Amino acid sequence: MPAPIRLRELIRTIRTARTQAEEREMIQKECAAIRSSFREEDNTYRCRNVAKLLYMHMLGYPAHFGQLECLKLIASQKFTDKRIGYLGAMLLLDERQDVHLLMTNCIKNDLNHSTQYVQGLALCTLGCMGSSEMCRDLAGEVEKLLKTSNSYLRKKAALCAVHVIRKVPELMEMFLPATKNLLNEKNHGVLHTSVVLLTEMCERSPDMLAHFRKVRTLSSSQLVPQLVRILKNLIMSGYSPEHDVSGISDPFLQVRILRLLRILGRNDDDSSEAMNDILAQVATNTETSKNVGNAILYETVLTIMDIKSESGLRVLAINILGRFLLNNDKNIRYVALTSLLKTVQTDHNAVQRHRSTIVDCLKDLDVSIKRRAMELSFALVNGNNVRGMMKELLYFLDSCEPEFKADCASGIFLAAEKYAPSKRWHIDTIMRVLTTAGSYVRDDAVPNLIQLITNSVEMHAYTVQRLYKAILGDYSQQPLVQVASWCIGEYGDLLVSGQCEEEEPIQVTEDEVLDILESVLISNMSASVTRGYALTAIMKLSTRFTCTVNRIKKVVSIYGSSIDVELQQRAVEYNALFKKYDHMRPALLERMPVMEKVTSNGPAEIVQTNGETEPAVLETKPPPPGLQPAIQANDLLDLLGGSDITPVIPTALTSKPACAGGELLDLLGDLNLTGSPVPVPAAQIAQPPFLLDGLQSQPLFNDIATGIPSITAYNKNGLKIDFTFERSNTNPSVTVITIQASNSTELDMTDFVFQAAVPKTFQLQLLSPSSSVIPAFNSGTITQVIKVLNPQKQQLRMRIKLTYNHKGSAMQDLAEVNNFPPQSWQ
Amino acid sequence: MIKFFLMVNKQGQTRLSRYYEHVEITKRTMLEAEVIKTCLSRSKDQCSFIEYKDFKLVYRQYAALFVVVGINQTENEMAVYELIHNFVEVLDKYFSRVSELDVSFSVSEIHL
Repeated sequence: MPAPIRLRELIRTIRTARTQAEEREMIQKECAAIRSSFREEDNTYRCRNVAKLLYMHMLGYPAHFGQLECLKLIASQKFTDKRIGYLGAMLLLDERQDVHLLMTNCIKNDLNHSTQYVQGLALCTLGCMGSSEMCRDLAGEVEKLLKTSNSYLRKKAALCAVHVIRKVPELMEMFLPATKNLLNEKNHGVLHTSVVLLTEMCERSPDMLAHFRKVRTLSSSQLVPQLVRILKNLIMSGYSPEHDVSGISDPFLQVRILRLLRILGRNDDDSSEAMNDILAQVATNTETSKNVGNAILYETVLTIMDIKSESGLRVLAINILGRFLLNNDKNIRYVALTSLLKTVQTDHNAVQRHRSTIVDCLKDLDVSIKRRAMELSFALVNGNNVRGMMKELLYFLDSCEPEFKADCASGIFLAAEKYAPSKRWHIDTIMRVLTTAGSYVRDDAVPNLIQLITNSVEMHAYTVQRLYKAILGDYSQQPLVQVASWCIGEYGDLLVSGQCEEEEPIQVTEDEVLDILESVLISNMSASVTRGYALTAIMKLSTRFTCTVNRIKKVVSIYGSSIDVELQQRAVEYNALFKKYDHMRPALLERMPVMEKVTSNGPAEIVQTNGETEPAVLETKPPPPGLQPAIQANDLLDLLGGSDITPVIPTALTSKPACAGGELLDLLGDLNLTGSPVPVPAAQIAQPPFLLDGLQSQPLFNDIATGIPSITAYNKNGLKIDFTFERSNTNPSVTVITIQASNSTELDMTDFVFQAAVPKTFQLQLLSPSSSVIPAFNSGTITQVIKVLNPQKQQLRMRIKLTYNHKGSAMQDLAEVNNFPPQSWQ
Repeated sequence: MIKFFLMVNKQGQTRLSRYYEHVEITKRTMLEAEVIKTCLSRSKDQCSFIEYKDFKLVYRQYAALFVVVGINQTENEMAVYELIHNFVEVLDKYFSRVSELDVSFSVSEIHL
């Protein structure tokens, strides 16, 4: 059998291969040769074969049949064999193969070998791929070697110990005594590796960390001062040729020490204090002209930020970062942006100073820098700079790569929500995002946007007009089309009637609007969800538009047989609405009330003005339970002599009204109305905001002015009503009256309703009563709270009206209350 | 923590690879191909640090050879950048004016 070729020949041969197939052929031929050679148990050339095998492994070809051969090589006595064998073991074996356990004995013997190089090899291999069992067995040996005086071995042993600790954390305590003397070495290699070992120990176990912060070793003092001393020597010492890198001595060791100091100083005041000086020294003395200096400065800045440093030091750090940002080198700028991102939470103001530079980085060509700059810009947006920043960010959104667009869009939405200076600006911004990056917007943006639009009542006409114009040209961006069709469905009448204060109103006919919605339905580009939106919008328009109802009916009936199940279902239901339930259609399709965000604190009993209280729509509203009081309040108006008294509608009890509106409420129940279950009746006068605050909870004012006598406002036919007063010291124009109604007859009074009216200069609000039944024999009372706002401190007058059922007949009474005590209104 | 250390030339041939975490052999070739593609598409004045999946790549080009190091988040990128340069200088001293061929032919020596 001819001698196998040398590695170099192999490499040369492979390099001559011109195609992948040729290369594969050559390799396979060589593999076959190697395999037969292994089978022959040829000792002399084994090493060469394994070397070739390793090369082929690096190129990506399978080489597992060489594993056993590696073991044989390790066991041999020749150094070259051992060398290749260990290398092969490191590259080919790992703990997943069972073969590696056989190595344990070999390594053990080699760790005690006389030649340091062999020992070194064994340590390297163990440190590279030792499994937990191997580590457990051999940890003792490693520890012994950690204490030798041979620096070559010591540094390798330290690294091996790091690996052992990573694999088997319980063995950490074993290495603790050995570490005491490690830092006393002069040799930088040993210093470096021991710092790594200490870092690993501190990172893994908080107990170790505490131990190292406080321990006093035999001859030297604590750890932190020791490290500080070493660092100082490094900086101060002159040129030392064996450690020099571009003028700075051993930057790698400096960086490692800084990192260890960071871990030691985190959350610990004493250590941090000890480090302050040296950090300042490093920060000021290091040269920044070369990359090496910058690397050290970067590490210093990270350390300063992490430990509890004093403020002067922090300012120094941020200034360094600012200098980095202005540097021309891309790497440095990237690094500066990354660290600024980390510090922006804590030192917000300092970072704001560099805002303009950061915004410039958005225009950089480099992808990594752009990403960092974008994240940092979002972190820096606040109420003052939101307009300027948003302009830059929108410009960035236009021109950036697709992978950024989704993140950028969500970021813009969040920032706009938090800091929008005006509603119109907010809506404009969102529209701009939708038109530029519409297809990348996340799905949950659409409902959020819709909710935002409903909340900004005065902007409806403007919004719907702009959305209409936006989709006129192009309806391929799904989120935009969804929002637009929803808005057109809701506010189509505003669009057609052409009222808009903010912009030039455009003339749109109903047919044009229906045209665009139908084209959305038909288009291939629309997703199924979008089509659903469009169909529902067309349906809603049947109540808003007057002359095109037939066309709408036709469209809806077409889709009754559509292939898409969702569309078909909707169309069929809407058809049914036209045919059988036409009387309910207007009520069903009226305007949505303002939606509350789910995160608001508790359901409010009054939804803030329903907004759509235009008289035109009033007759299509479901007759609310409070409508009767509304009519009666009008009577009260007449009674009180017509000097425009503000009528007050008490809030409705949440009982189900027994009329067509009842079915409506059921149907509306499963629509996504978060908020009060009962739409509040019309004409809720805008109350001063503070009155609305105390809606839910009864404890009204914490600081109650005591001592206002209560009065009996009414006492007739067994029904007695008492008023008790509370006034707040902080807000003297508000009086809170609690009425108590009691019944001294022998029969209950049911369906009790209390109403009140006050003169024009007052404002009054009635909250819900506790119940509508007053039990007989004074055994219980109804309580109700009235709030009166009396800014001009005029005398309080009130006219009350009571209705109830008693002894089977309906009773009704009017009375005037004039005996308010002066303390209640002065 | 350093995850891997690669030396790949412009045609995508790996000259040296050392992995410090277990990566399967099929995945290695794929990883190397992707990494070199990313590095090749960068221009000269772009940043040397790339974010790739869940770790970072630090690369440096020397003539036709790319030295790429994959690190995780806790490492100081600039220190690694210096490390690459230091390594290349050591190779230079050892082989006296190292070139790609030297690297290809002396793989085992470089490893150790």
